[in-house]
Amino acid sequence: MAYPPAARSSPPRQPSVKVILASADVQRVVDRIAHQILEKTQGAANTVLLGIPTRGTPLARRLADRISTFEDVAVPVGVLDITLYRDDLRRHATRAVGPTELPPGGIDGKRVILVDDVLFSGRTVRAALDALNDVGRPASVQLAVLVDRGHRELPIRADYVGKNIPTSLAESVKVTLAEIDGTDEVKLYGGTAS
Amino acid sequence: MIKHLLSGGDLDADTATEILDTAAEMATVAGREIKKLPALRGRTVVNLFYEDSTRTRISFEAAAKRLSADVINFSAKGSSVTKGESLKDTALTLQAMGADAVVIRHPASGAPHRLANWVDGSVVNAGDGTHEHPTQALLDAYTMRARLGRLAGLSVAVVGDVLHSRVARSNVLLLSTLGAKVTLVGPPTLIPVDIAGALAPGTDVSYDLDSVLPNVDVVMMLRVQRERMNDSYFPSAREYARRYGLDGPRMRRLPEHAIVMHPGPMNRGMEITPEVADSPRSTIVEQVTNGVSVRMAVLYLLLGGNNR
Repeated sequence: MAYPPAARSSPPRQPSVKVILASADVQRVVDRIAHQILEKTQGAANTVLLGIPTRGTPLARRLADRISTFEDVAVPVGVLDITLYRDDLRRHATRAVGPTELPPGGIDGKRVILVDDVLFSGRTVRAALDALNDVGRPASVQLAVLVDRGHRELPIRADYVGKNIPTSLAESVKVTLAEIDGTDEVKLYGGTAS
Repeated sequence: MIKHLLSGGDLDADTATEILDTAAEMATVAGREIKKLPALRGRTVVNLFYEDSTRTRISFEAAAKRLSADVINFSAKGSSVTKGESLKDTALTLQAMGADAVVIRHPASGAPHRLANWVDGSVVNAGDGTHEHPTQALLDAYTMRARLGRLAGLSVAVVGDVLHSRVARSNVLLLSTLGAKVTLVGPPTLIPVDIAGALAPGTDVSYDLDSVLPNVDVVMMLRVQRERMNDSYFPSAREYARRYGLDGPRMRRLPEHAIVMHPGPMNRGMEITPEVADSPRSTIVEQVTNGVSVRMAVLYLLLGGNNR
């Protein structure tokens, strides 16, 4: 989900495009994060994956799928819509509210792993933490992202990072996933100062 | 997104569907331990009620508070100032207080439309005279969709005092936009001659409730306003109840899946018998619950973003 103001994330007029991760790379990265989750959580017991729409949702499902393939553990997956918790609601036209779907067992007392595609300013995660606070009381919260592009504006860091991509603010990172966009890819646009 | 919600006809099918979808998300908040969302923090909603109302005012108040807006209740009842003047002066006062939205109920048809010209904020019509009550139509549509799974193609009978009913007018406009077919049913004295064509082509009129019932998915009973009972619109309350009241035998003539709605407050024994009102087909209590969710959706969509 592209959180920062449109001015920063919109590609310049003549963007140079660089593919950072191709389809096979994305799958390998997801596999690695799944392994890391298993390692760091000692087998992903008492754990819930919550995807942040739009692209965190399919990523969370994939992670759960990979985890069940590797260790035969069924990790509950949910969706956490953060629209109503954003700090920039008033800067844009009204945003459509998406569904929040918590897994049947809820999140109280669980280890919740938030899943998103790109970690940038950290404001999306801040909103997600607020939303989480209103829907339950997890035992702990972790963060998994496919791409960390830096430029944090809040004291937030990810527990699981697929790929660190050093960027300038003039550049933008675009993640596409097969479930939504048809292909798995991470691209870097820009570089030419806008 | 629209700026005001004044009429059931203000909404096109996409916007109305967006409101209903948003309301469905808002409804999940009611099941939480913390029934509060931060979306309208720091916004001020004024409830400006020139007419008595319990459920609508409380519903709007609950909706605004669940979205963290500040609510100011302004009850103008008993005010002796002449109508046109006082409304404008009140509007300017509200403006000066920085109201982001004004929810208005007024006995004069069209008052919210005038108000919308005077204030910078959004205006929501919470019932104006015998004209419109759009959020009631939205919550009715939401309830139908929740119970029956769809709106397009539904056959809806609106029964009773159509002449004085703002609920009926807003429902005809909204439901026809969303693809449902409405039949207005009542005594000829209480159905304006040209209402069907004037509101929405395709709307039917019938004076015979019994012939309509077997073919509808929804029957919506309107309140017979007691103050009209002596106005010679019908010979007696008992005769009205006999011909247009929904009782047990009539209810059993409805199709198996059909639901019974009433905007409230009910006159039990007049337009609806207790047997029907308390039956599993009745959605009357759900309608009140859904009202809060729908009004949250409306307030969020009007005030949530930078739509000015």
